[in-house]
Order: sequence, then C-alpha cells, then structure tokens
Amino acid sequence: MAGSEVKVLGTWASPFALRVHIALGIKSVKYEWVEENLEAKSQLLLESNPINKQVPVLIHHHKPICESLAILQYIDEAWPSAPSILPSDPYHRAVARFWAAYIDHKWFTWLKGVASAEGAEAKKAALDQVREGLVVVEEAFGKCSKGKDFFSGDRIGYLDIVLGCFLGWLYVAEKRNDVKLLDEEKMPGLAAWAIKFCLDGAVKNVMPDKDELLDYANMVFQAMAMAKAKLNAPPNY
Amino acid sequence: MASGSVADQEGQVMLLGFWFSAFVKRVEWALKLKGIEYDYVEEDLANKSTLLLTSNPIHKKVPVLIHNGNPIAESLVIIEYIDETWKQNTILPQDPYERAMARFWANFIEQKVTEPIREALVSQGEQQEKKVKELKEAMEVVEGEAKAKLNDKTLFFGGGNGVGYVDIVLGWTCNWMETIEEVGGFKVLDPESQPQFHKWMANVREVPFIKTTLEPKEKLVEFFRMVRQDRLGLVANK
Repeated sequence: MAGSEVKVLGTWASPFALRVHIALGIKSVKYEWVEENLEAKSQLLLESNPINKQVPVLIHHHKPICESLAILQYIDEAWPSAPSILPSDPYHRAVARFWAAYIDHKWFTWLKGVASAEGAEAKKAALDQVREGLVVVEEAFGKCSKGKDFFSGDRIGYLDIVLGCFLGWLYVAEKRNDVKLLDEEKMPGLAAWAIKFCLDGAVKNVMPDKDELLDYANMVFQAMAMAKAKLNAPPNY
Repeated sequence: MASGSVADQEGQVMLLGFWFSAFVKRVEWALKLKGIEYDYVEEDLANKSTLLLTSNPIHKKVPVLIHNGNPIAESLVIIEYIDETWKQNTILPQDPYERAMARFWANFIEQKVTEPIREALVSQGEQQEKKVKELKEAMEVVEGEAKAKLNDKTLFFGGGNGVGYVDIVLGWTCNWMETIEEVGGFKVLDPESQPQFHKWMANVREVPFIKTTLEPKEKLVEFFRMVRQDRLGLVANK
C-alpha cells in the first residue's frame, strides 16, 4: 500500500506540520496523517523524535525525519521530479534559506512574543515588532517574486510555505489583540500574496480554518490564564 | 583580483569576517575544505564597512560571503551555498535522508549549544545557571550521538576520516568552548562524562586546515572578557 510508505506525525493546529502537508501536496505524494495529542504523545512520536519529542515528523521507508525545514528539503530531494520546492540556482536557494531563518528565528519569535507580553505597553511593542518584521519581509517579497504571485515565482515554493504556514496564527494574533498586522497599505505585496497562497491547490484543503484556529487559541490561552491564576491565588484558609 | 582555483567556478570570492568569530571560522573551514581561494576582509566591530552594511543590511553581521558580487549571509546558509556551488570534497552527504539528519543536527547544535553558550557568556547568577543546565543536557545528547557514530575508524560525524557538515557546524567547540567557560566562570565540558566528544574535539583540532586557523586561547579570552564586561556593565579587571 503506497500510502503507508509515507507517514506524517502532526497536529492540525501546528504551522510547522502544515508545512509538511503542503510540501507533500505539491509533490502529489500520498501519505498517512497521524494526528498527535501533544498531552499524550504516541509511542511512535517518542521513538521517532526522541530528542525533541515534537511534531512534525515525516516517516519515509520507516526512517523518521524531524525539523520542518529539514523535512521540506528532504521532500524536495527525495521526490526530485517537478514541481520543485527550492529554486534550482544555488544563490536563489541561499536567499530562500536566509529568509527562512529570519522568519523562523526572528519573526516567529516576535509573533510568539505577542502572546507572552504582559501589559498594554508590552503588547503594543510586541505587535509593532511583528508588523515591522512584515515590512522587512514585504521588501524581500518584492525582490524574490520579481512581480510574480509568489516568493518562488509562478508557483508556491519554499519561502511561500515557510511564511504561509503562519497566516492562520497571524489572524489569531490580529483578532485576539484587535489590530491589523498584515496591512494592505503597508504590505500590499504580502497582502495579495496571502490571499493567493491560501487559494493554492496544495494549501486550501489542508490549511486549518482560521476561525477554528481562533477558537482553539482562545481555549488554550484561557486554560493557561486559569492555571496561572491558580498558582498566584492566595491560599484558602 | 580574480580567483577561483577550480575550473568549473570562476569569479571572485570574498569573505567579510571578525578574527574572533566562530561563525566566520566555519565558513573559512568550508572554503578551505573545498580548496577555494578567497579574499578575507577583516571588519572592525566598532566601525563596520559600507560593504558589510550593504551586503547584510538585515543583520549587519559577519560572516558574509560575496561571490560574483552576490552577498550571502548566515553561516549555515553560506556553507550550503559553498557545497552546492563547488562540487569537489562534498560537505553534506549525498543521500537525502543523511542530508536531513545532518541538517537536523546542525539545527540542534545551533539551538541547544551555540545559542545558549552565547547567552551564558553574557549573563550571570540564576540566568546563567539556567543556560548552563541547558548546555549540560544538550552535551549529553551530543555525547550520545558521538558514542553512536564515532569509533577508531570513523573519527568525524562526516563519516570516515574527513570532516563534514556537522563537524564544521560543531567544530567551534574545540577552541571557543573552553574560552567562554573561563570568561563566563562556568563548566560544561567534562572529559569523564563526555569521552567521545573530547576525542572528537582533539581530532578536529588536528585537521590541518582547521589547526592553522585557531586563534590563541589567551587572545580569545581577553577579547570575550571584554565582551562580557561590556554587556554586564562590569568594571574591567586587569
């Protein structure tokens, strides 16, 4: 059974797992999706990723591959027939990898910082930082896309996937904080790109519904707030 | 000055760096492994050149590799670029699964060893203790991998007798780790609980093109002491 050759361990809400969904879709690879419960991780997950115990994990021919960027590049190399995910030219590949590192290590850290910021001032600073980061990426989009629809040109590729997977969580941050982050005026290129990305054939059927994601986020954050309140609550005499 | 000693890739190769930077040394090791001639430009930390600022406007950091006028930044990105542009003496493995493993380890090293040790260098007290604890746990994982992969015939993570991607990414530990421990006043290295890792470090130090690039420890200690004092606002202890 061809489908069982490729397994993905992930969660529906994980942007990193979404990257793997999209990449396999681009390559038209059949795979089995295993929805993990992060509160009760499966034996398969713990054995496949003993070091980080995280999703996503791609299992191909019974060999596990971890870390979403390593997985994306593996998918491109293990299924080398078109369409390709990374550009073919080494310099353009380097540019794509550079921006992937910026998005993952700088920008996504700032996006997470919005949730952990306490107080109105800190929240505003965190949100401003996310927005400024998007302005930087807007410029990169202009240079990479050269007037076409996507970072990779006519079709979605590496950088589109790397940034696009966060669109749902960006929406969550906007709604929870009642602000606009992906601003059509400040980032017209990215705003247009986001719409096209979400409509792409490899994306639209696997991207989580953003309002479902918002409900989920609200639930998670409320649970976290309640747990924190319990910790801080005065003792019950 | 036109360089490019290998027939299939012409074009000038320039590397912008700082003498004390482990990230710069990684790129030099990759270039030397491939036998690529390059012009090295020593930048001034306090007075970065226009070339650096325009080549890496986002981070304004070294290393930056400039090839045929195209700037590439971020040491791991540069190393992959070097490997893909010059085909001799491969750095990453050929097999896609092995490549994925190498990239996984490079990411682990950066997140769990390289980043925390930089943070431990410029922190103190509880904050530093937290980083040191993280480092010790990470080193257990590294020792585990060294035990699993290395032996008398396989000296390096790259397999066999030659250094590969993971060796180049982790290689800074052979010189900078002791330095930062001394400056920061903590201990992560332990020959007793990390015997394979220590064997590997000793082997890395002896690789000819790595050995010639290693800066004297006293010079590095003096420099990083300044960095720590500057970041913590401490009075200079001479």
